[in-house]
Amino acid sequence: MSFLGLLVRNRLAFAGLVVMLVIVVLALVTPLLPLADPDVTDTANRFKRPFAASVILGTDHLGRDLLSRLLWGVRLSLAVGFASALIAAAIGAAIGIIAGFYGGRTDNVIMRGVDMLMAFPYILLALAIVASLGPGLINALIAVAAVNIPFFARNIRGVTVSIAHTEFVDAARLSGMGDARIILTEILPNVVPVIVIAMSTTVGWMILETAGLSFLGLGSQPPQADLGSMLGEARSALITNPHTSIVPGAMILVIVMSINLLGDGVRDALDPRLRSGALSRPMPSTLVRREEPVPAKETSALLALSGLKTQFHSNGRIHKAVGGVDLYVRPGECVGVVGESGSGKSVTALSVMGLVASPPGVITAGAAHFSGQDLIGANYETLRRLRGDRVAYIFQDPLTALHPLYTVGAQLVEAIRVHHAMPRAKAREHAVELLESVRIPNAEERLDGYPHELSGGMRQRVGIAMALANDPELIIADEPTTSLDVTVQAQILSLLSELQRERGLAIIFITHDFGVVAQLCNRVAVMYAGRIVEEGPTDAILNAPAHPYTARLMACVPELGRGRHRLAAIPGLPPVLDGLPEGCAFAERCHKAKEACRTGEIALTANAVQRAVRCIDPEFRTADAAR
Amino acid sequence: MADYILKRLVSAIPVLLGISIIVFLIMAMIPGDPAMAILGSYATPENVEKLNRDLGLDKPLVQRYFIWLGNMLQGDFGRSFSLNRAVLHEVLERFNATLVLAGTSFVICSVLGVAAGTVSAARQYGLADKAITFAVLLGISIPSFFLGMMMILVFAVNLRWFPVSGMWPIYGERDLPSLISHLTLPAMVLAAVATGVIARLSRSAMLEVLRQDFIRTARAKGVHERSVIWRHALRAAMVSIIPVLGVQAGFVLSGAVYVEIVFQWPGVGRMLVDAILKRDILLVQGGVVFVAACYVMFNLAVDLAQSLLDPRIKT
Repeated sequence: MSFLGLLVRNRLAFAGLVVMLVIVVLALVTPLLPLADPDVTDTANRFKRPFAASVILGTDHLGRDLLSRLLWGVRLSLAVGFASALIAAAIGAAIGIIAGFYGGRTDNVIMRGVDMLMAFPYILLALAIVASLGPGLINALIAVAAVNIPFFARNIRGVTVSIAHTEFVDAARLSGMGDARIILTEILPNVVPVIVIAMSTTVGWMILETAGLSFLGLGSQPPQADLGSMLGEARSALITNPHTSIVPGAMILVIVMSINLLGDGVRDALDPRLRSGALSRPMPSTLVRREEPVPAKETSALLALSGLKTQFHSNGRIHKAVGGVDLYVRPGECVGVVGESGSGKSVTALSVMGLVASPPGVITAGAAHFSGQDLIGANYETLRRLRGDRVAYIFQDPLTALHPLYTVGAQLVEAIRVHHAMPRAKAREHAVELLESVRIPNAEERLDGYPHELSGGMRQRVGIAMALANDPELIIADEPTTSLDVTVQAQILSLLSELQRERGLAIIFITHDFGVVAQLCNRVAVMYAGRIVEEGPTDAILNAPAHPYTARLMACVPELGRGRHRLAAIPGLPPVLDGLPEGCAFAERCHKAKEACRTGEIALTANAVQRAVRCIDPEFRTADAAR
Repeated sequence: MADYILKRLVSAIPVLLGISIIVFLIMAMIPGDPAMAILGSYATPENVEKLNRDLGLDKPLVQRYFIWLGNMLQGDFGRSFSLNRAVLHEVLERFNATLVLAGTSFVICSVLGVAAGTVSAARQYGLADKAITFAVLLGISIPSFFLGMMMILVFAVNLRWFPVSGMWPIYGERDLPSLISHLTLPAMVLAAVATGVIARLSRSAMLEVLRQDFIRTARAKGVHERSVIWRHALRAAMVSIIPVLGVQAGFVLSGAVYVEIVFQWPGVGRMLVDAILKRDILLVQGGVVFVAACYVMFNLAVDLAQSLLDPRIKT
C-alpha cells in the first residue's frame, strides 16, 4: 500500500493532516484577508469579549483585534517552528552522516560532543543560548534548532552506520565514486525516511519550545507577537479577562495536536515493522469463533481433538494453519506429530490450551475434549486452572521461553504456587526435588541462578521440571529438542522417555524428526499443510509408510550405517496456506499425482489395524501391511 | 558492584567537564562587552576597563575558563551583580524549591505514566486504551504554561480548591499541609507532558514484551493474567522504560521553568529567566552548570538502578 494510502487509512492522522492544512492555508492567506491591523491599539475598546460588536474573538489589553493578532501570530509561530525544525534536521543530518560514514576517530569525537549536549536538560541549554545571544525571535529560533541538533545527529548516524557497510555502498566505492557522490546518491536517499520521521515527531515540540521562549519574554519582542508572547502578555489579565489567554493557548494546542497526530501517522506509515500490524499483543487466550457445529463429546481418550481448525487473520488474508485435525491421546500414551515447518503441528498443539497468539489467531471450528470437557470455547478461568496443572507445555527454545529476569527458583515456585497454595519455603523444597528429578546437579544452588547462567541443555531441563511441577496428566512438547546439540538432544529424549514411564504421563510430541519419533512415541500422526495425512502405530508407519508424503519425508532422514545412500529432498515447496488447492494439498509435489487427486475432498480413510491415510492411491493397501 | 559504581562515577567526570566547557563557550559567545551590559551604555571607558579587569575578562579565553572552573571546584561560583549575592547561595536556595516541585512531579509522572501505559497495552484497542491514548495525546500537545494558566483559572480562581500561586502562604504556618496545597497544581501541570511521554513508551515497551515467548510460558503455566501483565511483562518492560524515566527527569527539571513562572514558584528556573533578562551572566552560568550537573548525577543513579534490575548487565 502506498504511503499516502496508509496515511489516509489512519483516520486520526488524516484528521490531523486536514486540520494542519486548514491552519497552514489560513496562515498563508492572512495578509489577503480583510482583517484589522494587528498592531493598532485602541485603548477605549480594550478587553472586548468575543462576539461582541464587530470583533469576532474580542480585543486584548490594548484594544487590539484578537482574531487578527491570532492569525498573524499563527503565521509567525508556524514559520519559526518549521524553520527551526528544518535547520536542526539539516545540520543534524549532516553531522550524523559524516560521523556515520567516516566512522573511527571522526565518529568518536563528534558523538562524544553530541552525548555531552544530550546530557543537558533540554530547555536549560536553550535558555543558556538565548541568554548569550540576547532575547529575540531569531535568537529563540537558533536556540531551539541548536538544542535539537544532537537528537537528529544521533538518529541519523545510527542509520548511516548500517548503510555505510552494505554491499551497494562498497560497490559504489569500488567503482571509483568519490565520498561526496556516495553520500549524495547512495546514503542520503536511504536516510531521508528517517529524517522525515524524526522531523514529524519533533516539529510539534519545536513549535511548543519557541512559543515557550516567547512566553517567557525571551522570544518575539513587542509589538510583533507570536502565539507564545500573546499568551505571555495575556497572563496578567488571566483572572479578569481569560479569553485573551484562551484564544492563543487553544490555538497552540490545536496546532501541536494536529502535528502530533500527523507525525504518528507518518511514523506508522514509514515504519515497516508497524505496517504489518506485528505490534499487536496476544490476548490471554486464543479467540474462538466457531463457524461450524460443535463436534460431539468425546470421552474415550484423555484428550481428543476433533475437526480442529485454526486460522490466522491478518491484513484481510486468511491463512488456514490448521484445516480440520482429528487426534487423540490415551492416558500414558506418547503420540508424535510430525511434519515440516509450516505444516500446522505447533499451531495444533498450542490451540489445545488457547495459547495461539491472537490476534491474528482464530479457532474457527472443532473441539478439544480433555477428560470429557471441551476446551475450545471454554472460558478463560477454566483454561487457566487447567494450564500447567493438568496439561503442561514444554517449548522449543528454552532461552526465550524462560523469563530472563527471574531466577529459576522463582519461576518454579510460581508454577507450583499458582495451582497449589503452600508456603514459599515448602514450594522451594518441592522445586529442588523437581530439579533433581530432571537430573540437574547442585539443584539447591541452581535455584538462585538466572536462566542466562545455564547451558542450553540445563535450561531445557528447567523447562521440563516446570512442566512437571504439578504432576500433569498430559504434557504437550513443542519441538523441545530442536534447538539443542545432538548429544544433548539424546539426553533430553531419554529423560523424557524415563519420566513418561515412571509417572505414566501422556505426551504429545511435536517434531520434524522421524528419528525422535521412533525413540519415544507409541503412535504417530503425519501432518501436511494443516491436515493429518497419515496416522497409525509408530512401528507400522516407520516400516511401511502408506502416504507418498510420509515416504518422501522419511527418505529425507539420514540413517547411521546406511552407507552411501542418497538423501532425497522433496521437490517443490509446501502450498501457501491462504490459497490451498482443491483436492490433495500434496498433489503438486507428488510423483503419483493424477487427475482425481485434484478434485473434491480426500478423506482420511481408516482400516482395522488402527492405521489411516489421506490418499486415493497409497503406496500399498494398509490392510496388507498388517500381516 | 562497588567497582561498577566507582567506574560509573569516574565516567561522569568527562561529561561534567564537557558541560562546563559548553556553558562557558556559549556564554563567551556574547556579542559586545559584558562589562558594558552590567554598567549600561553610559559607563565611562575607564570604568568599563576596570570592571573587565576585576572580572578577569582581560585574560585569554582558556585561562578564564580554568580560573572559573578552579573557583567553582572550591565552591565559588562568583557573585551575582543583580542580586549582589554569592551565586552558589542563591542557586542552592532556589534549587531546593525546584527540587520539591520537580521531585514530586517526577514521582507522579513515573507512577502514572507506567501504570497508564501498562493498562493501555493490556487492553490494546479497548475503551481504556483509547481513552488513555487520547489523554496522552492531549498531555504531550498542550503547552505547560497554558495548562497551568487554565488550572489556575478552574481550580484556584473558580473552585478555590488550591491557592493561586507561590510555595508558601504569605501569612500563616509553613507546614506540610500548606506546602501540599500549594504544590498540587504546579506538580500536576509539570508532570503532564512527561506522563504522556512515559505512558506512550511504556505502552510500546509492554506490547513488545507481551509478544515474547516467556509470556506464553507464563500463560501456559496458568499464571493469572493480572500477574502476567504486572509481574512478568512489566518487569521485563521496565528494562527499557527506566532509561526513558532518566531522560524525562531532565525534561521535568528544565520544564519547571514555565511552571515556576506561571505559579510564581521561587525556583531556579524563574531565577534563570530573571537573570537572563537582566543579563546577569555569572548567575546564569552558575545556575545552568549546577542544574546540569545534578541531572548527570541523577542519570548515573538511574544507570545503577538499571543494573540492579537486570541481572544480565555485568556489574
